[in-house]
Amino acid sequence: MRKFTKDHEWVKIDGDVAFIGISSHAANELGDITFVETPEEGTDFIVGDALAVVESVKAASDIYAPISGTVKEANPALEDDPGMINSSPEENGWICKLENFDIAEMDALMDEDVYRTYLKDS
Amino acid sequence: MELIFSKGAAGRVGSSLPALDVPNNNSILDSMKRKESAEMPEVSELEAVRHFTLLSRKNIGVDSHFYPLGSCTMKYNPKFHENVASLPGFADLHPLLPQLRRGGALTQGALEVIYETEQMLNEILGFAQFTMQPLAGAHGELTGCMLIAAYHKANGDASRKVMLIPDAAHGTNPASAAVAGFITKEIPSDEEGNVCMKSLKEALGPDVAGIMLTCPNTLGLFDPNTAEICKLVKNAGGLSYCDGANLNAIIGRVKPGDLGFDVMHINLHKTFATPHGGGGPGSGPVGVAPQLVPFLPVSRVAKRADGTYTLEYNHSQSIGYIAPFYGNFSIILRTYAYLVTLGREGVPRISEHAVLNANYIRAKLAPYYDQEYDRYCMHECVFSATRQTKYGVHALDIAKSLIDRGFHPPTMYFPMIVKEALMIEPTETESKEDIDRFIEAMIDIAKESEISPEKIIQAPITTPVKRLDETRAARNPKISE
Repeated sequence: MRKFTKDHEWVKIDGDVAFIGISSHAANELGDITFVETPEEGTDFIVGDALAVVESVKAASDIYAPISGTVKEANPALEDDPGMINSSPEENGWICKLENFDIAEMDALMDEDVYRTYLKDS
Repeated sequence: MELIFSKGAAGRVGSSLPALDVPNNNSILDSMKRKESAEMPEVSELEAVRHFTLLSRKNIGVDSHFYPLGSCTMKYNPKFHENVASLPGFADLHPLLPQLRRGGALTQGALEVIYETEQMLNEILGFAQFTMQPLAGAHGELTGCMLIAAYHKANGDASRKVMLIPDAAHGTNPASAAVAGFITKEIPSDEEGNVCMKSLKEALGPDVAGIMLTCPNTLGLFDPNTAEICKLVKNAGGLSYCDGANLNAIIGRVKPGDLGFDVMHINLHKTFATPHGGGGPGSGPVGVAPQLVPFLPVSRVAKRADGTYTLEYNHSQSIGYIAPFYGNFSIILRTYAYLVTLGREGVPRISEHAVLNANYIRAKLAPYYDQEYDRYCMHECVFSATRQTKYGVHALDIAKSLIDRGFHPPTMYFPMIVKEALMIEPTETESKEDIDRFIEAMIDIAKESEISPEKIIQAPITTPVKRLDETRAARNPKISE
């Protein structure tokens, strides 16, 4: 199950971990990503907290926690290859994994088709 | 472009010195002497002059080019100010002199300049007192945030930790508030480009220390609710901070103090025609309403009853030192010269011409570029290159293409709430002829984007180095040999 936020983050639940990343639309809008500041393992976030920072040639943008939880792991591949967010934003370019989350918080987020419609309308 | 090291020949020198005819006082310790000779260019004086003259001709600066960098107010700096700043009575002053015994008597003129500049700024902006100390805009923001924190602490209200910052504010505002210890909360803009009043009202509460409002905002728009916003924040127990980086739009027309702002920083290096950018240094004085005066940094320049000037350090509630000595004095001096030259009649004409020029560009380019907000702008206008992206041309390409046409690029991709933003600030110092030439270049780029976008995408082609790989430079920076 993958869901999206209005701010273009995505969450994918896989068993007891939730993968967090940014949508291909967001990656495209930001342009070439040059640096990702990932959260530290064990940090607690609540919905809407600034979780990570993504820097591109155009801008530095905060990435907000789409759901609350504790960081289990940040994507180690992004340190050497931040461009992975451009080449594979919704798969290999995930930013971090959260644990200890409440799956009910997913209800507030958009399904993929709703998100794609939201993009067209905005 | 050749490096100076590849010019000249071994042993060549710029000037020949006669042989040493006094005893060689060889007092430098052997351990302190360098082991190898310094690698210096070996060129004649003429070769050195030609090298640096050619280098300087590759600059794009306001002395040579139209420089419409939005949000930066790159106006022309009159040379008269440089003459004033280089007068030996000012230029040769030692910064410690006012603090030495009887030194005060020797620095009356300099202290008077600081004091009088403060008085003029109080009058123009509607504040009780200014500190001239902050050394740049963001330093002024930090000083302002520290004053707000000191105020709440003195009132036993230290739990006010949240600083509200609209999304059309300058990017340094959240950073300054965070450094001062505040938690920042973003307030969105409404569809007109103003602060969303509903979101503001929802955010106000007992935890709010204040709001940092960029006025006019980074969309180049004056928020008609500004006075109302200040009132709402005040009623909720907070203070209102005005980011005055865009003061060029309203100077002499509106007093931010009268709008209800409690604290404001201004940028002398933007609005007051002092050097900017590589030429620096900057200066970001902060003005405050009466209730914040006790917290201002030291030192403060005061006028005694006998008309002489002195420095005061003894203010128990002061936030203390925020800069060495008295701020960037030579910049304050240039500002004094600027204000005295323009006078009461001249100052309002700054904003009058700056706003007229920006709206002239806005109207002339409206048929060729999209605008997110279709309304009069202030001192800068924001376009969006969305129409051009259909042909594969982006804001970056348009900016690069302007270089080939003899113009400094505008600000791009800022403000971030406008897609493919191009932010153009002509300032009041450009003539109509130069503005018309810029408009023609922008129209030419818009037309060429449709017909032969590949030409725009490969710009610049007239510069010593062509299009740089910015992504590679950012991902793999090589910062030393």
